[in-house]
Parts: sequence; structure tokens; C-alpha cells
Amino acid sequence: MSGATDGPALVVEALRKSFGGLEVLRGVDLSLAEHEVVCLIGASGSGKSTLLRCVNLLEPVDSGRIVLHGEEVTARGVDVNRVRRGIGIVFQAFNLFPHMSVLRNITLGPTKALGLSRTEAEAHADELLARFGLRDKRDEYPDRLSGGQQQRVAIVRALAMRPRLLLLDEVTSALDPELVAEVLAAIRELAAEGMTMLIATHEMSFARDVAHRVCFLDAGVILEQGPPEEIFGAPREPRTQQFLQRIVEAGRL
Amino acid sequence: MLVVVRSAGWDDVKEAFFSRQEFAEAFPDILSAFWTNVKIFLIAEVFILVFALAIAVLRSLPGPVFFPIRALAVVYVDLFRGIPTILVIYILGFGIPALQLPHVPIDPLFWGVVSLVLVYSAYVSEVYRAGIESVHPSQAAAARSLGLTHGQSLRFVVVPQAVRRVIPPLLNDFIGLQKDTALVGLLGVVEAFRQSQIEVAASFNYTPYIATAIIFVALTVPMARFTDWLVARDKRRQQAGRLA
Repeated sequence: MSGATDGPALVVEALRKSFGGLEVLRGVDLSLAEHEVVCLIGASGSGKSTLLRCVNLLEPVDSGRIVLHGEEVTARGVDVNRVRRGIGIVFQAFNLFPHMSVLRNITLGPTKALGLSRTEAEAHADELLARFGLRDKRDEYPDRLSGGQQQRVAIVRALAMRPRLLLLDEVTSALDPELVAEVLAAIRELAAEGMTMLIATHEMSFARDVAHRVCFLDAGVILEQGPPEEIFGAPREPRTQQFLQRIVEAGRL
Repeated sequence: MLVVVRSAGWDDVKEAFFSRQEFAEAFPDILSAFWTNVKIFLIAEVFILVFALAIAVLRSLPGPVFFPIRALAVVYVDLFRGIPTILVIYILGFGIPALQLPHVPIDPLFWGVVSLVLVYSAYVSEVYRAGIESVHPSQAAAARSLGLTHGQSLRFVVVPQAVRRVIPPLLNDFIGLQKDTALVGLLGVVEAFRQSQIEVAASFNYTPYIATAIIFVALTVPMARFTDWLVARDKRRQQAGRLA
């Protein structure tokens, strides 16, 4: 992989995005250093998912800039496919391809978008599957797996592209409680290895535990951000306090 | 059944439509003429599958840039779904050879097949399009997030799922096509229906029509069972072992 390694991995500046008349992002500023793990928290509808989809260029932005490893990717004429190859995203609902085996799900991107040979792609896929405890699932179809296994496959699929930035969009929200732990463990391992990650999550204890920095998103802006102990221990903004209070009442912290 | 058999005219009808002797005489000729129907069907089918998919994909192209292409595809589908098949066959089958254009085939069989391809591609493209639209946008999003192009996402992720879903309605159109191969006989091509007309004209007995009907059914039924089997096998492969 080429590109600067000293500058920030990701810079988002004054990002705005609306759907119809609804302004979902109202000027988001955010910066991620290399190897940093940032968690986005906030109520449903606060814009977490939209922000991640904008960073991956799955949604065109209305205004503002996104700079990835020093390159402005929201500029005109940027090859979105090339940009996306360097960013992994894992979705809440897994979005695995149901008509392909696990192995093929994982090798599709590397073979078709990166131009790797099948042998190379499969060797890398096997290595990743083994690391995430999925070695025996390589020839299964996604529908035969548990939710936790499917989400780990989705993580492996993203990693198979050797991304420099990983976006995780509420990856445990669709899982049964007893399956959440295995997925969070996989993400913790990635964090420990130094993967740069932007994580939208409702798992506050996980955020406190894995994040270098936590951003509280409210009504389309980042209202407050800081180290987890500060955001969860002594939030300054009343809206943050309210939000965390509700989380505590719901028994989720 | 009883009503038919006890009707006043049953004995005449039985003789005119269900004559054992006429059947035995006509059947071999009709069967060999039916080979022409099979050829028409197979050739047309290959072109329809490809052509219809192309139209469906063109119609699904995103953005204002592709508006003219989308509009063209819509006009095509509206036109060829709207005109009765028999008229398309007459217009192309008699009209184009009459133009006496150089290097343009005048074989009625050729124009019969072209007509069927044009008409059925319009229908089948709508079936494909319904399938493409039934694949959740999150699938395309996942494909695009891997850096696949719009075309690759369609080819590897969206269309394969779409086609699996529309196999039953596709088969429905194929059976329609199989039957409509008989319309090519109107251009003078000797296929099963045309052959049966010839036999009827020679004997004033309608039994050859029954023989033709039996031959058509004998082909469509196994095809329907084969498709059922294909769909079931695919489902089993994707979902076996799943508790639901």
C-alpha cells in the first residue's frame, strides 16, 4: 500500500447530507489518526450510519470534504471504486451474498476489484477464516451460519481487501445477546493489532473499552468528543448527560 | 366429462377429433414437423435470455446521464408487449422480405424467429427487471463497498440472485414461447401446427390437431418438472441445515 503514513487517516470537514427535506448531517467535523479507534455514539437517527456511508462514498455528500490518507475523496472526478477498495465496511445486517459460499463471499472483492488470482485470494481468505475461528465454515452458505458467525464472515470479507480503514456500522445490533461477545472479541483483536476503525455502536461498555476516543453525535453534529473515561465519566454537555442517563436506565452501561 | 360423452353430438365429435386411425397416420409426420418448433424455440430462447437481460440492465442504469437509454428501453418494451404477437409475425414475416433489400434474408423462418425474439424479449425483460428490483439495495451496497463497479455488482451479486428468484415466471414465458412457435406456421413454415392443418385439409378429420396438442403438452410438462427440481435443489443448497 502506498500513501502517507504520518498524516491523519481520515479527516471529515463540515460534512452535510440531507435526504429529501431532512438534514441528517449538519456540519460534521471529525479526524482519525492512523491506528486510532473512534466510537460514534448517539440515539437512533442521530446520523451515525449516514456518516459512515458518506465516508465510504455510498452516499454522495451535499457539501463539506472527506480526506482519506491525504486525498480528498469528495473531489470531482475521484474514482469511487478505487477509494472504496481501501475502506472496509461492515453492516448491521451483515449483507453477505446468500448465493455464494463463505469463501466466495470473501474472495469476490479481492479477485474482481483487486485483480488477485483465485489461489492468492483463497490463501488469504483461509488465513483470515482460521484467525476468526471460521475455518470449518469456508464452504458453507451464509444462511446456514448463526448471526454471530455471519457477522464475523462479514468482518473477514472486509479485511480480505486489506483496508487501511475499517468502518463498523452497529455490527452487533442485529445479533442475539449471546452472540454479541464473539463479534466484539473479533473487533477488539483488530483494535489491538492497530487497525484504524470508526465504529458506530450502541454497546457502551464496548465503546468505553475499545475506543481511544468517543464522539457523541446529536441531531447531525458531533456535540461532544473525548477519551471514553471523560465522555462516560464526566460528560459536559446536557444532551450527552441525558443520553447516557437513558442508557444507564435501560441497563446498557 | 360425462356431459361431453353423453352429448348429442359426441359420436360425431369422437370420430372427427379422436379417430384412432387418423391419429396413427398423422402422428409421425406431425412429430417430425415438431422438430422445427423445437428448433425455433431453442434458437429464439437463447437470444431472448440474453437480449431481455440486456434491456432489463439498461433500464436499471442509474442517474440522469442514462435517461435516454432508459427511455429507449421503455419504449421498446411498451411497443412489443402492446402489439399482438401474430401481427408482429405478419408484419415482419411478410413485410421485410417484400422490401427485397440486398443481403437481408427472405426466409420466413428467420423472420418468424426474429418476431418471437422481439416480442418475448419485451416480456422477459420485465420479469428480469422485477427480479433485479427485488434484490435488496443493501446487497448492491455491500458489493460496491468492496470496490466493485456497478457492472460487476450487477453481474456477480444482483443478477445471479435476481435470476434465481424469477425462474418460475421465466418458465411461464418459455412455455408461452413454445406454444407460440406454432404462429410461425402462419408464414408458411411447416412446423407441427402447419403440418396438422395440412393433414386435416387432406382428410377432413380434426384428429391431427389433438395429436399436435398432445405433442406440445408432452414437451412442456417435463420442462416444468425439471425447473421445479432446479429451484428446489438451489434452495436446498443455500438453506439446508438451517433451523427456521
